[in-house]
Amino acid sequence: MSIESQIVQFLFTGIALGSIYAMVGLGFNIIYNSTGIINFAQGEFVMLGGLVMVWLNVTLGLPMPLAFIITIAAVMAAGALFERLAIYPLKKPPVMILIIITLAGSIIFKGSAMLLWGKRTYSLPHFSSEQPIALLGATILPQTFWIVGFLAVVVALLALFFNCTMLGKAMRACSFNATAASLVGINVKRIVLLSFAVSAAIGAIAGIVFTPVVLMEYDRGTMLALKGFCAAVLGGLGNGMGAVIAGLLIGILESFGAGFISSAYKDAIALLALLLVLVIKPSGLLGRGEASRLKDF
Amino acid sequence: MHVRRNIPLIILVLAVAAAAVLVTDSYILTILIFIGIYAIATMGLNLLLGFAGQISLGHAAFFALGAYVSGILTTRHDVPCIAAAALAVMLASGVAYIVGLPCLRLKGHYLAMGTLAFGEIIHITLNAEVELTGGPSGIAGIPMLSAGPLSADSDVKYFLVVWVVFVLLFILTRNIINSRPGRALQALHGSEQAASAMGIDVAGMKLTVFVLSAAYAALAGVLYVHFVAFVSPQAGDIMFSIKMVTMVVVGGMGHLWGGLLGAALLTVLPEMLSYFEDYDMLIYGGILLVMVMFMPGGLTQGFTRLTGALRAWRTPR
Repeated sequence: MSIESQIVQFLFTGIALGSIYAMVGLGFNIIYNSTGIINFAQGEFVMLGGLVMVWLNVTLGLPMPLAFIITIAAVMAAGALFERLAIYPLKKPPVMILIIITLAGSIIFKGSAMLLWGKRTYSLPHFSSEQPIALLGATILPQTFWIVGFLAVVVALLALFFNCTMLGKAMRACSFNATAASLVGINVKRIVLLSFAVSAAIGAIAGIVFTPVVLMEYDRGTMLALKGFCAAVLGGLGNGMGAVIAGLLIGILESFGAGFISSAYKDAIALLALLLVLVIKPSGLLGRGEASRLKDF
Repeated sequence: MHVRRNIPLIILVLAVAAAAVLVTDSYILTILIFIGIYAIATMGLNLLLGFAGQISLGHAAFFALGAYVSGILTTRHDVPCIAAAALAVMLASGVAYIVGLPCLRLKGHYLAMGTLAFGEIIHITLNAEVELTGGPSGIAGIPMLSAGPLSADSDVKYFLVVWVVFVLLFILTRNIINSRPGRALQALHGSEQAASAMGIDVAGMKLTVFVLSAAYAALAGVLYVHFVAFVSPQAGDIMFSIKMVTMVVVGGMGHLWGGLLGAALLTVLPEMLSYFEDYDMLIYGGILLVMVMFMPGGLTQGFTRLTGALRAWRTPR
């Protein structure tokens, strides 16, 4: 393969990977904006989405669209339940307690998945043909278009939700100032619940579209969470569009790193990028300084 | 002097001495050795979590660094045990300094994620650098601890070494906490703004504790590797980092005896429950969640509350 077509190939792979990180990053931001919490269990929603979809679609044989909807509903319920049981009962907990709680949640999700599905790796059929399409000397799996397409749909729906619906506007109001939001009659506790549910849904979508390409197993969550967090921080914590762009960047970086440097270290590349961002510009490449100063973390 | 304050420590020393004489069962000795090793690591982590109020999710990496460096030096380069151990602890502390320098300027979530990412990088490296670390199969045939003609070549001797190290470190840690820097540290936990207004170098203080806690973890790693005679990348697993955090939380964050209590409980528990292996993530996650939500001060706090309640109940109103 010529170097040009290799570059095109890595770019496509990177965009597909990056779309997933972007979705995880978006999930982080939604919870962060309404609560100031970094949800360490964010990656587990992706894992759950993938595995529940495999169970419904492959094991039970439900048609894909139906399985898709049930999966999202199930993971949303898991996210909401987690919020109700572990976050809701606390009154103004310190940051460290919140970190430990979401961390504990992530191990509980992971441990439950291991009990339900074992340590096996599961595969899911591609949404459409598995025949790669030749383009510019590279080959793309049609699933890549599904992944990027779903990212676009998620972004569009979120934009619509936050800008055009009362509930979305209420969520934004909470992210600006929770006290002021509650003064104008917004039920902040309910918004927090909603943000966990929405963020779980986005994670589930990422898991469903991602599984056909990379397969899924119970312990994928932590790495996905780290890379998604990297996207969220690089894009400026709380900045939705920033997370999308940064997620794509990280995906491309990882794909080129795996191709040109070392495939054994492909995960380390994204993590090193995360550490570098934390060192050099913790407010993110696209973030505003004051946004990170406002939040208590 | 402070005899009252030293009673628990004296009891511990007597118990260790008694165990060394009375316990002959090598299975029980092995468990006691592991408790000592984990207690050393968690004592350091407790300094960071409980006293400085910072969280590290990458402490297994320092444990693994200590274990690997000492293991590689003694098996491949014939470095004497003591020198290898010292180098291992120094190297891990150096790495902690480099990682901590930027991360500790940041608060809460960022440090947690930064240390998590760091731990994962170390874990990946241990798996990938097959020539240096043996890759996923690790390093075997690591010699027992020895210093010149002295060698900890039996379980009882190793037990004594581990627990003498623990007691010495315990005294050191207690002195640190009761010193001026130690009080500065606790002030920092209360409020960083207030502490820095009082003239405490907040970032420097946090960094010192982070490096110190990494050194404790590395020393525990060294003690582990020369006892087990084998090390694999599992020693640097994220799950192990989380287990250490759980030990501290269960025992009691910010309480000197917390680390030991948590380490003892969470080392003995898996031995007693045979099905623990399959459920370990669920059990650790569940314990962590329940403890943080309902007893954030850990078992030591629960114990103090209980004795306080008993005393209040006994004294007539």
